[in-house]
Amino acid sequence: MSSPYRTSVIVALVLLTACRREQRKTEDKSFATTVPAGTQPGLLVAGGQLAFKPDPKQAAYEHNANALAEGQRLFSWMNCVGCHSHGGGGMGPALMDDEWRYGGRIDQIAATIVEGRPNGMPSFRGKLTDDQVWKVAAYVRSLSGQPTKDVVSSRADELSGTPPQTLEKREPVHPAESTLQ
Amino acid sequence: MVASALLALQPGAATGQTGARSAAGAAPADNGNWEMPGKTYASTRFSAMREITPGNVNQLKVAFTFSDGTNKGHEAPPLVVGGTMYIVTPFPNIVTALDLTKPGAPAKWTFKPKPLAASQGVACCDVVNRGLAYDGGRIFMNTLDGQTIALDAKSGKAIWRTQLGNIARGETVTMAPLVAGGKVLVGNSGGEMGVRGWIAALDAGSGKLAWKAYHTGPDKDVLIGPNFHPFYASDRGKDLGVKTWPPNAWKIGGGTVWGWISYDPKLGMIYYGTGNPGPWNAEQRPGDNKWSSGVFARDVATGQARWYYQSSPHDLFDHDDINEIILADMPVGGRMRQVLLRPARNGYFYVHDRLTGQVLTVAPYGFINSATGVDLRTGRLQPNKAKEPHQGKVVRGICPAAPGAKDWNPSAFSPITGVVYIPHINLCMDEGASQANYIAGTPFLGMDVKMYAGPGGNRGVFTAWDPVHQRKLWEKTENLPLWSPALATAGGLVFYGTMDGWFKALDQRNGRELWWFKTGSGIIGQPISYRGPDGHQYVAVMDGVGGWAGAIIVGQLDARDPTGALGFLGATKDLPSKTSKGGTLYVFALPH
Ligand code: HEC
Repeated sequence: MSSPYRTSVIVALVLLTACRREQRKTEDKSFATTVPAGTQPGLLVAGGQLAFKPDPKQAAYEHNANALAEGQRLFSWMNCVGCHSHGGGGMGPALMDDEWRYGGRIDQIAATIVEGRPNGMPSFRGKLTDDQVWKVAAYVRSLSGQPTKDVVSSRADELSGTPPQTLEKREPVHPAESTLQ
Repeated sequence: MVASALLALQPGAATGQTGARSAAGAAPADNGNWEMPGKTYASTRFSAMREITPGNVNQLKVAFTFSDGTNKGHEAPPLVVGGTMYIVTPFPNIVTALDLTKPGAPAKWTFKPKPLAASQGVACCDVVNRGLAYDGGRIFMNTLDGQTIALDAKSGKAIWRTQLGNIARGETVTMAPLVAGGKVLVGNSGGEMGVRGWIAALDAGSGKLAWKAYHTGPDKDVLIGPNFHPFYASDRGKDLGVKTWPPNAWKIGGGTVWGWISYDPKLGMIYYGTGNPGPWNAEQRPGDNKWSSGVFARDVATGQARWYYQSSPHDLFDHDDINEIILADMPVGGRMRQVLLRPARNGYFYVHDRLTGQVLTVAPYGFINSATGVDLRTGRLQPNKAKEPHQGKVVRGICPAAPGAKDWNPSAFSPITGVVYIPHINLCMDEGASQANYIAGTPFLGMDVKMYAGPGGNRGVFTAWDPVHQRKLWEKTENLPLWSPALATAGGLVFYGTMDGWFKALDQRNGRELWWFKTGSGIIGQPISYRGPDGHQYVAVMDGVGGWAGAIIVGQLDARDPTGALGFLGATKDLPSKTSKGGTLYVFALPH
């Protein structure tokens, strides 16, 4: 492979990923208007194998810097921060660690946000649009380092100085999401 | 961990005292029981038992233990009434009666109130319960989801249940009730959730609401009427609970009641403090924010306010004023006065005239740079402008931090030494304010907080304070935040526990550590002392680390985020390496 050719491939790749990273959804349709939040089944399904189908439209939120930034803003504005802090937790559990009571897949997190959970996680149904729910859910995933480093914010939004997300290590997701697919 | 022994109680040396004694009428002779968290209406937390002394305390041994089956923060004291011990757990607030007349103290009955699980999510700082109250054959309790319940002390059967709090608005109840003048007094928690604070009085017989006073809003809601005579001009005027707030902000302005109430039966007055105003971002609520972060004196029969004093007008730092209030009689300026002794969250030790609310003397008992003093002419705290938080800016090195120089955990007062024994903390913080958005049932804060140890590096302090001369007699530093209340005994000892589970006895004279015992979990619970059915002195305490300071343990929080648990994670990163969850009663006695 000649050197100029290799360079152009790299440039093309960078441009491609950068494109997706920077993509703004200004048109009416959000990423997932067709994917209502909070409709996936839970961890156990009566009658056998879990019928979970990951939807690429949901994953798209996690690969988009704009969606994550918007998710971060909403995470503060909707008072998630008051209960979960900037991931370390407080009244609610830590969201930056590797332990998930109700599952760490994006659709499970979206379900948590929409439905609420019994030990005091309020339901935000009607307070956020589906599009906003996916954005917040993607941001929640970023607290434990799930998205790639090119889409997360390189400086913390908050004032009291948690480390920037680019320095965060990617936590395994327990219970493991792969075993459920 | 060095005790700096200073003047060993020289003042008033003839009586061996500072000159202060428990308020006449509010602290009757000790009957060997422990019937309310404060021990007496004067909130002394003092036992007249003297079998255990500095000379023999090193022989103190475990008499029996009991695991209550829960493992969140245990802040409550056990109660003892005539051969039965009553303990209450944090959420789900299970009450157990233990038979002290039988070997090993087996359970007589258990009562499960079954509070709503969702209430756990709106309890700001762990799902604690600060204790029960006994009166006239009944045990009174509060549940996290806002119920007050009267139980028959013999059978454990519920006599009445009254729902006062509403978790949908973010209200919980964590305080211990106080029964005074035939009323059960209860207040709400939720100052971090934009609730409107109140105190309510229920008829002890029927559970029916007798009166309810809010701490924001128009005078009629605050029960301010013709008998209200605050000492300072800034507390006089019509509807200050509305006018000292931006329009409508009082409706979500806090001023909760989650700490301690004292009672003077001779005057028929209760004394208690109100919580922080909301949101924490003070720029969203210009004004004094009455009646938050201050002290009320009220007529127990009608609830009508008699006086009020605001310790932190327009509070900037979450400095709730709910700490214990000790009723004492002591000389001030050569004259005996009926006073209130208050080691307040803002770091000042206040001595008030009990009748008028006037601040007679005031002095810092911890390190303070957020204020420069208290003006005795106007009664006003003098804030330090340099430490004032502003939106979009980080202010560093604010001392004391949000939990104050002392949080909820009450001091003990010995009428023999006339000294207040203060368990407290030494924390400073950075704060970054931002716009808070009110959504009912979610936090209303607008503040990022990061706490750390104050000057000296120790996070806890135990201080022996002479309230007459307003000075420290000795102090003992503790590495971890000191979150347990204190117990003083006539035998000359003070007891408290540390967050890593050391239960200690100190010599009242000099703070020397004379005895220690390692419990399974850390201690934030209140020790008590009682006379057992066999006539001997016992000391009891619950372990079970937690509370705001122990949130990292009970919530399994992630210490990489120093802003976690409203900023306490920054100051407690090492706690998981030192202790873990628990909930066990330990009872000690001398071999006999
Ligand atoms: C009033 C406090 C509170 C608020 C506000 C709050 N949460 Fe929660 N959250 C909780 C509690 C408590 C739990 C644990 C619930 C349980 O175990 O049943 C929880 C659980 C969760 C979980 C599940 C974690 C797991 O381990 O599975 C996620 C995800 C979550 N919250 C995200 C959010 C987001 C996003 C927001 C804002 C839109 C938010 N929370 C707002 C209290 C809160």
